[in-house]
Amino acid sequence: MAFLEVCDLRKCFGETEVLKGVSFTMEKGEVISVIGSSGNGKTTLLRCLNFLETPDDGTITVGGKRVFPVATEEEKTGGNRLTFGLVFQNFNLFPQYNALRNVTLAMDIKDENELRAAGVKSKERKAILKQRKADNVQTATALLERVGLKDKLLNYPCELSGGQQQRVAIARALALSPDILCFDEPTSALDPELTGEVLKVIKGLIDEDRTIIIVTHEMGFARNVSDKIIFMADGVIEETGTPEEVFDAPKSEKTRAFFAKATEKE
Amino acid sequence: MDFITVTQSLFEGFAITCLIFLLTLVFALPLGLLISFCTMSKIKAIKGVFKVIVWVIRGVPLMLQLFIVYYLPGMLSPTGLNPFGKLDNFFYFNLGIDNGGALLATLIAFVINYAAYFSEIFRGGIESIPRGQYEAGKVLGMTKNQIFKKVVFMQVVKRIVPPMSNEIITLVKDTALARVIGVIEIIKVADMFASKAIIWPLFYTSVFYLVFVGLLTVLFGFIEKKLSYYKV
Ligand SMILES: Nc1ncnc2c1ncn2[C@@H]1O[C@H](COP(=O)(O)OP(=O)(O)O)[C@@H](O)[C@H]1O
Ligand SMILES: [Mg+2]
Repeated sequence: MAFLEVCDLRKCFGETEVLKGVSFTMEKGEVISVIGSSGNGKTTLLRCLNFLETPDDGTITVGGKRVFPVATEEEKTGGNRLTFGLVFQNFNLFPQYNALRNVTLAMDIKDENELRAAGVKSKERKAILKQRKADNVQTATALLERVGLKDKLLNYPCELSGGQQQRVAIARALALSPDILCFDEPTSALDPELTGEVLKVIKGLIDEDRTIIIVTHEMGFARNVSDKIIFMADGVIEETGTPEEVFDAPKSEKTRAFFAKATEKE
Repeated sequence: MDFITVTQSLFEGFAITCLIFLLTLVFALPLGLLISFCTMSKIKAIKGVFKVIVWVIRGVPLMLQLFIVYYLPGMLSPTGLNPFGKLDNFFYFNLGIDNGGALLATLIAFVINYAAYFSEIFRGGIESIPRGQYEAGKVLGMTKNQIFKKVVFMQVVKRIVPPMSNEIITLVKDTALARVIGVIEIIKVADMFASKAIIWPLFYTSVFYLVFVGLLTVLFGFIEKKLSYYKV
């Protein structure tokens, strides 16, 4: 059994069927790039994996454990949610917190939620959380250093460039150590000269054998770093395979047309 | 009538003005937040009921609401006695306040009225926060409550400071309405001089309002500046 198994995922918005039965599998440490033109359901797929949308049908299994559908809301929010991490196209940093706090906030809250769930008494909890908070600052600082923002720890999002903001967002997602990290067009909102620094950070994560799903229009990048390419068209996986298979010898007519258009643009 | 005596009397009235102002704020702000949640409720019935309540409260003159709160309970009671009237003695002997029953009625009317206005300001603020902020909180494993408290709330505060300051400054001057049911606030005090043909204390009260509003303006400016380190 593969680490991630997505089976026949379906999602409608009103009358429009956006995902029409998406199935794929993924091993631990694999990198999958999802490509395809706009409006074909790539974002919806990631949003379903991250429980931001509830699929109408289908199953999602991670490490042999069913994460969708599950019996209770509890199961979905408790734990399962953090199986996946998501980096948004437009960062969604919290504007009122500096870079460091953006990263530590969710860590602190996770600690608190865990202690609460374990039934630790309020007074004890406070003492433990104080210690954990200090640890979290250390971890977050290290993460921000890793994404090259050592000297921006105390800057607010409005003081950072798009590329820097996206790197903070990546550190924030990493802080919760998700099993599978998803990126939704992480460089699409950036000026062209800033995409490089973000892609470099993502490349660094890939080299660490993390399990990553990335929706991207950066074809060169997808080809270089991916173990597997998924080409989506019209709510289904039109074609999938190794980068060589998909890029060099596309089988589907739609895939060929997509590449033709992509090269035309360049 | 000399200046010092008048000033002293006006200060006594002004204390009541400030009391109405402060207590209204303290209760109307949280109540307004609560009402805003109700008007944004996913449950249609709750949402509908509270939208109507807000419409009525904002649609009827505050002065009329004062009369209703003050007189209606008495009219409905079998004895026909105004329950607020009975409280006057209690207030007088315990707190040294004249017409305390009317003061209580004023507070009830003001808190409800201002909560309705505040609720719309809160709603506007909350609804202006981009969906991505909630979604970021969600994928980071926060509960709805945690997202509101840790992510959304301070952004809402920043957005609502300007409309809130407007409304709060209006409240300072609306307190003068309380005199219609007999609360002895600053204008009522000045009015009592006027009935003895001494008119100038009435004009003099404007100094009290101006200074108070001036201080509030400085305070809100300070808060805006304090919050200017981030953009939403
Ligand atoms: N919340 C929504 N409500 C209605 N339609 C939506 C919603 N989200 C996405 N869609 C529609 O679903 C289709 C696929 O969108 P999306 O998954 O964002 O595609 P992609 O990421 O591949 O560009 C689009 O036609 C879009 O308009
Ligand atoms: Mg998209």
